[in-house]
Amino acid sequence: MNIAAAIDSVPPEALPSASETGPAPKRVVVAYGFWILLLSDIVMFAALFASYAILVRATAGGPTGAQLFNQTTVAIETACLLVSSYTCGLMSLAVNSRNRLGTYLGALVTFALGATFLTLELREFADMIAHGATPQRSAFLSAFFTLVGCHGLHVALGLIWLVVMMVQVAVMGFVDSVQHRLLCFSLFWHALDIVWVGVFTVVYLMGISL
Amino acid sequence: MRYRILALILLGVTLGGCSEGVLDPKGPIAAAERLILFNSLGIMLAIVIPTILATLAVAFWFRASNLRAAYLPDFEYSGRLELLVWSIPAMTVLLVGGVAWVGAHDLDPRKPISSSVTPVTVQVVSLDWKWLFIYPEQGIASVNKLVVPVGTPVSFELTSSSVMNSFHVPQLGSQIYTMSGMVTRLHLQADHPGTYPGRSTMFSGDGFSDMRFTVDAMTDSGFAQWARQARQTGPALDTQALADLAKPSKAVAPFTYRTVAADLFSGIVDAGMGTQEPSLPICSTPQRAEP
Amino acid sequence: MNLLGKLDWSAIPLHQPIVMAATAFMALVVVAVLGFITMKGAWPYLWREWLTSVDHKRIGVMYCILALVMLLRGFSDAIMMRAQQAVAAGGAQGYLPTEHFDQIFSAHGTIMIFFMAMPFVVGLMNFAVPLQLGIRDVAFPTLNSVSFWLTAAGALLINVSLAVGEFSKAGWWGYPPLSELQYSPGVGVDYYLWSLQISGLGTLLSGINFVTTILKMRAPGMSYMRMPVFCWTSLATNLLIVAAFPVLTAALAMLLLDRYLGFHFFTNEAGGNQMLYANLFWVWGHPEVYILILPAFGVFSEVIATFSGKPLFGYRSMVVATMAICILSFFVWLHHFFTMGASANVNGFFGVMSMIIALPTGVKIYNWLFTMYGGRVRLTVPVLWTVGFMVTFVIGGMTGVLHAVPPVSFQLHNSVFLIAHFHNVIIGGVLFGAMAGYTYWFPKAFGFALDERWGKASFWCWFVGFYLAFMPLYLLGLMGMTRRMQHYDDPAWQPWLVVAMIGAVVILGGIICQIVQLVVSIRARDKLRVTADPWNGRTLEWATASPPPAWNFSSAPNVTGRDAFWTSKRRDRARQDRPGSAHVYEPIEMPKNSATGFVSAFFAVLIGFSMIWHIWWLACVGLFGAFATLLAFAFRRHPEFEVPAKQIAQFERAQSAGAAA
Repeated sequence: MNIAAAIDSVPPEALPSASETGPAPKRVVVAYGFWILLLSDIVMFAALFASYAILVRATAGGPTGAQLFNQTTVAIETACLLVSSYTCGLMSLAVNSRNRLGTYLGALVTFALGATFLTLELREFADMIAHGATPQRSAFLSAFFTLVGCHGLHVALGLIWLVVMMVQVAVMGFVDSVQHRLLCFSLFWHALDIVWVGVFTVVYLMGISL
Repeated sequence: MRYRILALILLGVTLGGCSEGVLDPKGPIAAAERLILFNSLGIMLAIVIPTILATLAVAFWFRASNLRAAYLPDFEYSGRLELLVWSIPAMTVLLVGGVAWVGAHDLDPRKPISSSVTPVTVQVVSLDWKWLFIYPEQGIASVNKLVVPVGTPVSFELTSSSVMNSFHVPQLGSQIYTMSGMVTRLHLQADHPGTYPGRSTMFSGDGFSDMRFTVDAMTDSGFAQWARQARQTGPALDTQALADLAKPSKAVAPFTYRTVAADLFSGIVDAGMGTQEPSLPICSTPQRAEP
Repeated sequence: MNLLGKLDWSAIPLHQPIVMAATAFMALVVVAVLGFITMKGAWPYLWREWLTSVDHKRIGVMYCILALVMLLRGFSDAIMMRAQQAVAAGGAQGYLPTEHFDQIFSAHGTIMIFFMAMPFVVGLMNFAVPLQLGIRDVAFPTLNSVSFWLTAAGALLINVSLAVGEFSKAGWWGYPPLSELQYSPGVGVDYYLWSLQISGLGTLLSGINFVTTILKMRAPGMSYMRMPVFCWTSLATNLLIVAAFPVLTAALAMLLLDRYLGFHFFTNEAGGNQMLYANLFWVWGHPEVYILILPAFGVFSEVIATFSGKPLFGYRSMVVATMAICILSFFVWLHHFFTMGASANVNGFFGVMSMIIALPTGVKIYNWLFTMYGGRVRLTVPVLWTVGFMVTFVIGGMTGVLHAVPPVSFQLHNSVFLIAHFHNVIIGGVLFGAMAGYTYWFPKAFGFALDERWGKASFWCWFVGFYLAFMPLYLLGLMGMTRRMQHYDDPAWQPWLVVAMIGAVVILGGIICQIVQLVVSIRARDKLRVTADPWNGRTLEWATASPPPAWNFSSAPNVTGRDAFWTSKRRDRARQDRPGSAHVYEPIEMPKNSATGFVSAFFAVLIGFSMIWHIWWLACVGLFGAFATLLAFAFRRHPEFEVPAKQIAQFERAQSAGAAA
């Protein structure tokens, strides 16, 4: 006698439908709420993307994307971020098995990759500014720095968050609230990847052809 | 029935002393727009008035103290009524939507007015806080006074050398935004000689309330004479004169320029497009004084 | 390097007697209120029970109080404008100089939309939605408190602008380039931007909270098609908040970058595009009007069903219509600028879309009509607001559809006809709805009802005042009068503006009646005391005590049908038995109070104020403080406490004893 058969034997109307089961458990509610927050964040990025698309040709006689972007740096940045998502996933697995060492290790590698990404991006910005391609130069550059910078700001906030979470793991252990927050962090980190894929495509790949 | 309602509205509005407004058109565009206004209003009033009356009647008749009214505590669904409930507004939307779609195309501000008469071109620039009208064919310009020949389509090209404004002569029809670095287009025509008020309808700062102009619709010969006179008097409009004119000022009395430098209008547009480097890279100097 | 940035004594407008008088009056009121609280020794109570409360009911009440106070502020702006336009005809300049008049109309719009209408509907949702869903609190109670306090922080900043510096003179949309540094060098636009950013963050968090609550936290048995319509409209509103507010945040952030760091998003220089802002603003702005009106629709649905003694007619239609509005509201924004010079196809498309959205709205009107049909309509104050709304709103809807016809918009855009239209739908829709909800749920919140006579007087003043104030504006719009004029030439306009002024005075009468109503009701509260179910309600909020205990429901309600409470009342009557007398209660876990909201709002004000005045070090302090607050919250050990079963049983016994007496 297996479980499936046991469920089959219950008349369907006796089981409440999924929408009638009452309040969901805290873990589900927290993750769900965080998903909505991420969606709203992505809407904000959508507005920034739209502005960038409108202003991309408004270079006001200044440099264009094709003249500015260094594909090699961007490729390394992308690799860092994608790999960090993978290590973030490993960290989540360690959290699930309540493995402290694994969690710290995963977090450390994730942090290092994120920090590398950020450093490369800041160097790219500094380089552009040194060549006179400041955000004040043209509407295109304003939009570029805002869009890419906003993503970078998110990465920076994610790094701070990760440090705080590791302190929480050390101080509070794997209590429910810490686990929920680590779950949210990994959602956040993956969402940043998704946004970066958009940035990479719209700004850098399409930028060469302009 | 519909026309009776329209007549009633018209009566009410004329009794209200409504002159110089959108209900007193002096050109084909404004007249067509008034017709569309009335048609849409008529279609909707035919449904809005019964709805209001029914609301009041139902609320009154089914009041708790009226024991003669039927009580149907379980009346919460009726397929037929639902159909009605969706189809009444749907029909209205269909009708008015048709009016909107056709109207948007017929009265598109970009669409030239079909006429056997050659149109006059006027280039409009909104400044802080006055209007500059350039007549490239006549080689003259006028501030805060627009003179047009009657029965001749006027083709406007509009831009702004400052903030956004909106050019509007209610009795001639459609308004359109004036924006720095962009050119909008508009076609209007005056059918009757007269003086009509025009103004900016988009708030543009301290001098906004006085940012008005007059439209003088004249006969062809009157217009020609005005242009001839303008060519003989007034200063010349060159880059320097334009810079002087662009300084913020309120309620400027109308005057004319006898000549206009070539490509002045496109120069204003280009300046607004910012094809050249920004004047100061970090912070632009405040053009308007701090209060 | 000045430690106080741009701030010095010249920021206080000592040379403007009207502003100084208003400031002095406001300061007097604030001092009086604070003094009264201190005299009564109520600070510990206030701090414990209200300021740090994470109870959705308390937060809802605080939202509504904020909204009512801001209504007074916004209305004084309104009556000043009406008075100015009533006198400034011909060559006359009136009593308000341009720079003051420009600030007043900008502040009026900003305050009424962001700090009156928004808090009011969010407050009603806060109070009613968890009760209607049959749950203990929202999904994230502390976050809810943060949302409220951030909204209050924005409201505080905008009021500070009255005394310190100036407010924006660029209208409530703040269109660039007028709002750019080049044309608005003062701090006014910065006040506008920072107060909207701070309160906008609060609104966004509140939206996330409510979407999660409604989708994930309903009582057992409360399937989607059993939710009260108010919950459906709240769901739609909060979905719109989540999808629309980030766009506003982005647009305002770009304007901030332009103003603070010399970026060129919307400038006249270096390729900036001003219409980009207009588009982004209205991509938020049009959903925003539905964010405001949908909860009001929900209130009307509840009120009309309850007081007709009937289920809502066409529940499914209502749900479909609500969600249709929710989606369609993102496809109409361009009708705010048909006169931009877009092509005929674009204008035509957005015109037709704007009309299609009127279709579900029209359906709702008829559904309310048929709900009354065959009912026993008790003409109480909430019903008066509702019927008043139905009559007024169809007129506003009609003039709205007129504006959706592009050629008509070409003529009436930016005229006072437009002003009349949106006041017609916002006063006749949102405000009437908020007032109906306020009267309807007041007894639930406080355990006593509001005085009926003063309520009726208030309604009639508002109703008549509204028509007197805004019907002349329709006419003036047709006569060619433009909005936002500090003075005008045409003397033919003046009589109508005087009528409009009289209308504003009548509305003032309505507001006074409301204040009197509140005072009279509080003083006669023992006579106006109500039971759990004063209106013979249909939804779950009427199943629990008035006022409800902190835990809302002593045992989780089990929902078996639509109009859950009505169904259970019928069943109980059929069974002829008294439920719950020998009920065994279980202990309930409740969130602890938290100062997080209050403290983070304090730092938000600090950040906003110091950014406005370029006091960079103070902004850093504020940022650091906000981060520290977040850390303190994250490291809390025991965020919850348990209400013992004994206490719950005691409460329930006292309740049934009270009901029996």
